[in-house]
Amino acid sequence: MSNTKIVSPKKDMIFMAILSAVVLTMPLWLQPFGAAYPDLMQKFMIFGIFAIGYNILFGLTGYLSFGHAAFLGVGSYTAVWSFKLLSMNVIPALIFGTVLSGLFALAIGFVSLRRSGIYFSILTLAFAQMSYNLAYSVLTPITNGETGLQLEQADPRVLDRMSGIEADASLPTPNLFGIEGIGYSGFYICAALMLISFFIYLRIFRSPFGLKLRAIKSNQNRMGYTGFSTRPYLMTAFVISGMYAGLAGSLLAVTDPLAGAERMQWTASGEVVLITILGGVGTLIGPLLGAGIIKYFENIFSAFNDTVLLNAFSFLPDWLAHPIASVVGLFVGEGWHLTLGLVFMLIVIFLPGGIMEGISRLSRLLFKREKTEPKSDGHENKEKEQTSAGEV
Amino acid sequence: MSEYILDVTDVDKNFGGLQALSDINLRVKEGTVHAIIGPNGAGKSTLLNVIVGRLAPSRGRVLLGDQVLTGKEPHEINQLGVARVFQTPEIFPELSLLQNVMVPAFAKREGIFKMNFIKSLFSEKEVLEHAEHLLEDVGLLQHKDHLAGSMSRGDKRRLELAMCLGQQPKLFLLDEPTAGMSRHDTNRTIDLLKRIKERGMTKVIIEHDMHVVFSLADRISVLAQGAIICEGTPEEVRNDPRVKEAYLGGETV
Repeated sequence: MSNTKIVSPKKDMIFMAILSAVVLTMPLWLQPFGAAYPDLMQKFMIFGIFAIGYNILFGLTGYLSFGHAAFLGVGSYTAVWSFKLLSMNVIPALIFGTVLSGLFALAIGFVSLRRSGIYFSILTLAFAQMSYNLAYSVLTPITNGETGLQLEQADPRVLDRMSGIEADASLPTPNLFGIEGIGYSGFYICAALMLISFFIYLRIFRSPFGLKLRAIKSNQNRMGYTGFSTRPYLMTAFVISGMYAGLAGSLLAVTDPLAGAERMQWTASGEVVLITILGGVGTLIGPLLGAGIIKYFENIFSAFNDTVLLNAFSFLPDWLAHPIASVVGLFVGEGWHLTLGLVFMLIVIFLPGGIMEGISRLSRLLFKREKTEPKSDGHENKEKEQTSAGEV
Repeated sequence: MSEYILDVTDVDKNFGGLQALSDINLRVKEGTVHAIIGPNGAGKSTLLNVIVGRLAPSRGRVLLGDQVLTGKEPHEINQLGVARVFQTPEIFPELSLLQNVMVPAFAKREGIFKMNFIKSLFSEKEVLEHAEHLLEDVGLLQHKDHLAGSMSRGDKRRLELAMCLGQQPKLFLLDEPTAGMSRHDTNRTIDLLKRIKERGMTKVIIEHDMHVVFSLADRISVLAQGAIICEGTPEEVRNDPRVKEAYLGGETV
């Protein structure tokens, strides 16, 4: 699962170019899948950012945080406040959202990173739930509690007013110097930020810093006797991944300027863990794939309702169609999390390395068929497995 | 700078009621190999743990040259120039051999903490070359892209040696470097250690295998029940009646 090859920057640039091409042409090739509408593609990008940031912490250092939704929430609230107070321009919103989440992560990390393993997870979970409850009730003046923080016609928007931009009859929308944060232009804003984030993430993976983070995951004891203090490394990784989450949170506010406390709930923290594991922990593009797949199926499955199901099974006689539809109905619509749970169990049991492991197993199968494997003992075979799994 | 690179003075270590080390005095001259032998449970590993900062002594102090080690964290002590191999190899199983050797090389160059993600590993030519050279030294270069966790125990030990050597420590502590090795691997390790000895690195070595001890050590300390009962050249120690007693128990009674 780890990257054992030292990849040249040239290959990485090619990889970045391909990834950019794939991402930017999404509106075209997602058409046949029925997923080429901006709302969903924005979600792919935003949760992609969230997941790759999370992977910097979980994938590289092995520290399982159960509280990353807190940073997502802080990013969203900050962005909406920036829209309300300063300007509808997305740039200050993104900057403030990212920076504030970073500071928040610094505080939470300072306490949580005193422990490792399950205790670390519990501490982060506790902090996230505290943040959720604060946002939901105590801090109502800042977060607008249950209703969620919304834009209003009468908001100050100091910078906008100074430059003479007044909101007309309808509510203003977030924009990047006039390019709207919703629809296709919104998707391209998210995609550009995702690619920039991915590039930084790639550099971290390939750098001495990334190597040291992976060494911490592999053997923290040896790290100490090798002359490294692990705390500052873990702290940096934690803050960086908190900032990624903050950026994702602010982008959520850009595409839909509304922030609610439920964004900070533990289910949201669980979701990013799930995305990362489903895609492949510690792999480069695994988390992106995981985000895409989960958001896609969430969209498809939750759209099904009883009528759609009955139509789908209408070729069966009535007495059969009804029971089948009602059983299948448990797994779609509101119950789509049931399907997700099942898929997740299957992945963890049969493909602990996530989709990326599945892909590398498949490619090995195909590779074997093409070329007769040179004679090698089991030890070496296992070796190859690990290496190829790590390459992407 | 004093004549001794390692100076352990009056060290006691208690675990609750158990006196693991009592009144240990140990001086090691620069450039020599000092072996610590003794029966199981004599406190050899505890002594190493005190030196590297894993355990704090209940009394006494440890000096490296003129610097006080007592009270410092393991990573600080390592940065001062103390490297250690463990009884069970402590390596990075999920990294390749090459990466395993690169990590300590970065520690040597960058100190306790440095955030550096502008440069890619690929462009760290110096570190890469240094790492390959180290692997070649211990005969593992052909496996450099393999995962460290998949290697045999003997190979892991040699990898750990390479990792420590890469830091060019002033003091190198070895905790049973040949335990569980085949005769062949043991001899290879002795050869390797002899080669290192020629480079003038000071070593403290804990070992059960007398063949290893007598072919490497300049001086030997014998530890029994937490105290040093005898110290001297290999010849002196071999002929000391107290050593025989410690090893063979009450036979002389």
